Amino acid sequence: MEPGDRAVIPASQLEPLIGALRQRGYTVVGPRPRDGAVVYDVLDGASDLPVGWTDLQAGGSYRLEKSDSPAYFGFRVGPHSWKQLLHPPTLTRWRARRDDGGFTIDDTEPAPPRYAFLGVRACELSAIRIQDRVFLGGPYVDASYRTRREGAFLVAVNCAEAGGTCFCASMKTGPRVGPGFDLALTELLDGGRHDFLLEVGTKEGAEVAGELRSRPAAEPDLAASEAASRHAEETMGRRLETEGLPELLCRRYEDPRWDEVARRCLACANCTMVCPTCFCATVEDVTDLRGQEAERRRRWDSCFTLDFSYVHGGSIRTSPGARYRQWITHKLATWHDQFGTSGCVGCGRCITWCPVGIDITEEARALQGLESQGG
Amino acid sequence: MAVLTFEKTLGAHPFFKDLLPIHLDTVVGCAANVVFPAGEFIFREDQPADRFFVVRHGKAAVEIFAPGRGPVTIDTVEEGEVLGWSWLFPPYMAHFDVRALTLVRALSLDGACLRAKCEKDPALGYELMKRFNQVVVQRLEATRMQLLDLYGNGRG
Amino acid sequence: MATAAVETADGPGRATDPLRPEPFVVKQVTKEAGDTFTLALVPAAGGRFRRFAPGQFNMLYVFGVGEVPISISGDPARPELLVHTIRAVGTTTRALQKLGKGDQVGVRGPFGTAWPVDEAHGQDVLIVAGGIGLAPLRPALYHVLLHRGLYGRVVLLYGARTPKDILYARELRDWRSRFDLDVEVTVDRATMEWQGAVGVVTKLVTRAPLDPASALAFICGPEVMIRFAAMALQGRGVPDRRLFVSMERNMKCAVGICGHCQFGRHFVCKDGPVFRYDAIHPFFGMREV
Repeated sequence: MEPGDRAVIPASQLEPLIGALRQRGYTVVGPRPRDGAVVYDVLDGASDLPVGWTDLQAGGSYRLEKSDSPAYFGFRVGPHSWKQLLHPPTLTRWRARRDDGGFTIDDTEPAPPRYAFLGVRACELSAIRIQDRVFLGGPYVDASYRTRREGAFLVAVNCAEAGGTCFCASMKTGPRVGPGFDLALTELLDGGRHDFLLEVGTKEGAEVAGELRSRPAAEPDLAASEAASRHAEETMGRRLETEGLPELLCRRYEDPRWDEVARRCLACANCTMVCPTCFCATVEDVTDLRGQEAERRRRWDSCFTLDFSYVHGGSIRTSPGARYRQWITHKLATWHDQFGTSGCVGCGRCITWCPVGIDITEEARALQGLESQGG
Repeated sequence: MAVLTFEKTLGAHPFFKDLLPIHLDTVVGCAANVVFPAGEFIFREDQPADRFFVVRHGKAAVEIFAPGRGPVTIDTVEEGEVLGWSWLFPPYMAHFDVRALTLVRALSLDGACLRAKCEKDPALGYELMKRFNQVVVQRLEATRMQLLDLYGNGRG
Repeated sequence: MATAAVETADGPGRATDPLRPEPFVVKQVTKEAGDTFTLALVPAAGGRFRRFAPGQFNMLYVFGVGEVPISISGDPARPELLVHTIRAVGTTTRALQKLGKGDQVGVRGPFGTAWPVDEAHGQDVLIVAGGIGLAPLRPALYHVLLHRGLYGRVVLLYGARTPKDILYARELRDWRSRFDLDVEVTVDRATMEWQGAVGVVTKLVTRAPLDPASALAFICGPEVMIRFAAMALQGRGVPDRRLFVSMERNMKCAVGICGHCQFGRHFVCKDGPVFRYDAIHPFFGMREV
């Protein structure tokens, strides 16, 4: 097989796929149901996948429900994203120990596991590419991210139906996956069959695919796959008009809308934790009780915390309105200046997991509406 | 001869720049040359202060005496600037001590004399008010910034 | 403007990882006014000194305590001595204050953009400093004085809280005695002994000898002071593209990937701390940006 090839595998080949990846030394991580949500965790076999489960998402609401479909991937994205493996929530940068006169630093990092991501949606693949630009595309390259990224094998999945808070179509990040996968799967359940369309993205993807029982994809298979994506496009739960949005946000810095959001926003930071592109992290220096050994850790942080913008004397952004403004303006506007694309992939997680259901698309719409009203 | 010299000096001072010659002429009638040796008080808090000065040379310190702290200088006025606005409002008393830090040469303008002329010629009065307001506003803005104590230990 | 230097190990040798502090040793501690002090550092045995551009900063690490961004305030022509003037206002800066000769400090850097001393060739240079803001400006003044013939009129305006808080007082007197440098100092308030000006530093701006069409102004100090100084300079006719300011934000990684130091679209650690005023002007006056 070659990159660019398209084949069809029966659903029963998922198990050998997972096996083949484990054989190659990958720890396979994918969606599994736990605690009432679909989370990303280690998969031992295909039966760990959320077969027959689907999710109902709305602003501030997530529910898993049994569906009568045999689909392995009949749900959208949950609270986890792949950033927890590429950009772990905590990371020890280096250790130091006191010696005579001073201290010595040891920054050798044990090799992290190589992960195979099974079930990367189109929005998530875009998010990974966005974080690639943040951590690999600037004057400083984050070596920890690069090691994990280079060691990762990506099996993408095309969504057959969009979710209640999805708007990847508006952000042009989906519903079909873009480039960057090793393999891509589209679940085909038309006419009573249960197959997957398999698209090969890379040489290594071809090697793995070669170990599976497949047949070349035929016209009906491609049509079914395209129909699935069309259905996903038509069922988007949200919309965001991106035309002129970056400039508009920069014009509305002093808009009273921010006070309005502030009345609702709890500054709980859920949105930044579930967002697949948020990358802010803080540096923590810790020491043991005797003061002999110290460690520097990187830990996820959020621009919603009061401390985030602290300079001596106080924080720059004390009001919740200013912090919400910082987050949405970074995500939808200044990210363009910094990294050349929008920071948002339209996955809808921030809407679903906000305890009060603040909706990024609604906030943008409010500002756009205010401006067209001459506000 | 002395009157002509005053006109030139007054007219050249930033405070009276672009004043109409006829108004300058009127003001000159209330003017006198003064010199304060270094260390001498120009105004004393709560003393009559029915004149203002147009500083031509030197530096004067505006002081407040705080018990336990002694005199604290909160502003200095140098050449090109104007000193004293108590002549504008009754009871025409100074609110601060002002002391010459160096030798100070100034033109002193008599308050009662000027007030009488302004009553007779409101156009002159309006010109002087405009100029004084600008001085007061500038001093107020500067004082507000000093209030922030920007270099202190808090925010700043 | 100098481009952001992510790492500048001098001479041949392994490139330093900007996330890893290098050991430096305290050579000298000088007490300055109030809670301010100056540390002069040299590389620990076997280490290499780092060249820096005026306006850049280092991240200083005290073992087990923490790390803070501190502007370099020494002479760029003598990088073998790494000088930092620090105010003891928090846990880490107070720990730095307790260090003595021979103690070790972790140094990452230099980071950030520099005062445009090259762009200023042939121009007048107006330096406006408030409080400890004089520290990040001192390297620029050193550089300009070392290459004095390349510049036109050079003016230093400095405002401090009280005469006792004047930073680098002895050096200021030396500078004042030069014939090729105008130095004006003012304080917010003073006692009788002070014969100098009292009032805000912006007052000095309105009186400074200045040709707005051929001067570059470098401003550093508390943000409020910068805003008003910039306003005063604009009032004198200096266009925004000739004003440069040094900004301060919360810094953690110092290499532009942790997000903390963002100011609008800019990362202060790599797009700053020195900014041309026209690049940041609309946001500079806005609240909580």
